[in-house]
Amino acid sequence: MTVLVFLDHDDGVIRQASRSAIAAAAKLGDVDVLVTGADAAKAAAAIPGVKKVLQVTDTSGNSELAEPMAALLADLAGGYTHILAASSATSKNVLPRAAALLDVQPIPDIIAVNDADTFVRPIYAGSALATVKSADAKKVITVRASAFDPVPAEGGNAVIEEVALPAGPGGSTFISTELSQSERPELESARVVVSGGRGMQNEENFKLLDPLADRLGAAIGASRAAVDAGFVPNEYQVGQTGKIVAPELYIALGISGAIQHLAGMKDSRVIVAINKDPEAPIFQVADYGIVGDLFTVLPQLEAELDKAG
Amino acid sequence: MKVLVPVKRVLDYNIKARVKADGSGVETAGFKMSINPFDEIAVEEAVRLKEKGVVTEIVAVSIGEAKAQDTLRTAMAMGADRSILVETDTVTEPLSVAKVLKALVEKEKPDLVILGKQAIDDDMNATGQMLAGLLGRPQATFASKVEVADGAVTVTREIDGGLQTVKLALPAIITADLRLNEPRYASLPNIMKARKKPLEKITPADLGVDMTPRLSVISVAEPPERKAGVKLDSAAELVSRLRNEAKVI
Repeated sequence: MTVLVFLDHDDGVIRQASRSAIAAAAKLGDVDVLVTGADAAKAAAAIPGVKKVLQVTDTSGNSELAEPMAALLADLAGGYTHILAASSATSKNVLPRAAALLDVQPIPDIIAVNDADTFVRPIYAGSALATVKSADAKKVITVRASAFDPVPAEGGNAVIEEVALPAGPGGSTFISTELSQSERPELESARVVVSGGRGMQNEENFKLLDPLADRLGAAIGASRAAVDAGFVPNEYQVGQTGKIVAPELYIALGISGAIQHLAGMKDSRVIVAINKDPEAPIFQVADYGIVGDLFTVLPQLEAELDKAG
Repeated sequence: MKVLVPVKRVLDYNIKARVKADGSGVETAGFKMSINPFDEIAVEEAVRLKEKGVVTEIVAVSIGEAKAQDTLRTAMAMGADRSILVETDTVTEPLSVAKVLKALVEKEKPDLVILGKQAIDDDMNATGQMLAGLLGRPQATFASKVEVADGAVTVTREIDGGLQTVKLALPAIITADLRLNEPRYASLPNIMKARKKPLEKITPADLGVDMTPRLSVISVAEPPERKAGVKLDSAAELVSRLRNEAKVI
């Protein structure tokens, strides 16, 4: 069996989540990968275990669109038993469309591979884990990256082959992308995540998390409530409909711990909660909790970290 | 122009799902069921487009058991003009639902289909993309802003790390993300009015769609429970524990 993994990259660097998807794919068979751009293709070729890199050469910007990418995946599917990608905004846009073209029911967000047809995936915001068996001849799968240890980035030497992007169905035009500028690690692969909730009260106060995040080299996340209230953009959202993270250390400040938020962070190794409400559900999953006003505790925490050096 | 809005009846957002004792699924009997929150956002967007004079007719569709008509009534109370229930007791999957919707799109000929990006029960996040794929039409998923002008729709999309803007020629498919709008509460007079709006009932067989699921559920289990830890009195103690006990800093 050979499996095709569709990779995400940032400026030619393959995302860690995509390397986790390769780890999941390796349980199923030999791994070929598909990626856009020459730099990303070179990076992909260096990943151990990758047999062949299919490089999409795109000068039109159309690889940003689901229509031609889904058509390409469907065209390539003939040679593969499974098509995988790490769960991301891109893969969730493209893979279901490709699955429809192949008359396949996709299997999103898997957290375990039981055999070639059987997978485990969370449902109901992670309140339950379903083991599902696919009757489709081909499987189209997205992988929850936090459930699979990523393969290394270096050590391999795969061949690179170019593939052309098919003309998609007309009618879709890429206009622009605006990415938030940030020096911080990406949420999904950060070792430490500092997250704020409604308890941060406003956009100004939310910035109070910056020094703590700087101190710990952390990514900054937020609950849906904080995003809804407009404190931070949606890409900060951790939870059922946002990003799923599993860092070594997750610090939740002013987050009550709605099921939808817990769904996005409860697999973190160590969870710290700071909340003034002793009954907040976040304390039920936290390893360490402090009941108190976060605006008092936060500066104390920074001072203690500085003191400890 | 005409908009089709599919809506799903799901376990209410505020209820924590419990796994059935026999591990066959999640307990829903006796619990409050509601319109899927993302579908509610989709309905709201269609209603706003109608209020702006862009849209002339909104058709809500639900695929599921007979009780899904409650969900359609909710959509009509918010402002949908009429609705179609495609009644089936078979487990619905995005692929089969997309096939039903494709058949309805071919019949109703809407200029736009607006769906929620994801149902909060199976968390699939697939139906809109699959419908667009089956129809060979342009798609804009995870929309946070929708503007219709001159036979096209410009959509701002939520992507990892920021926003993307795409322009789609109509007819097209859009899926709604959280920040697209804040859905209204239906007023009592509108709830009353919705009871009199037309609700057509058909079956997947009427549309020639085979609903047989492709995924079979082998088992459903509770996730491993995480134990509550300790409450500490000071930031100093927290830093000490993180350093010496958990060894994460």
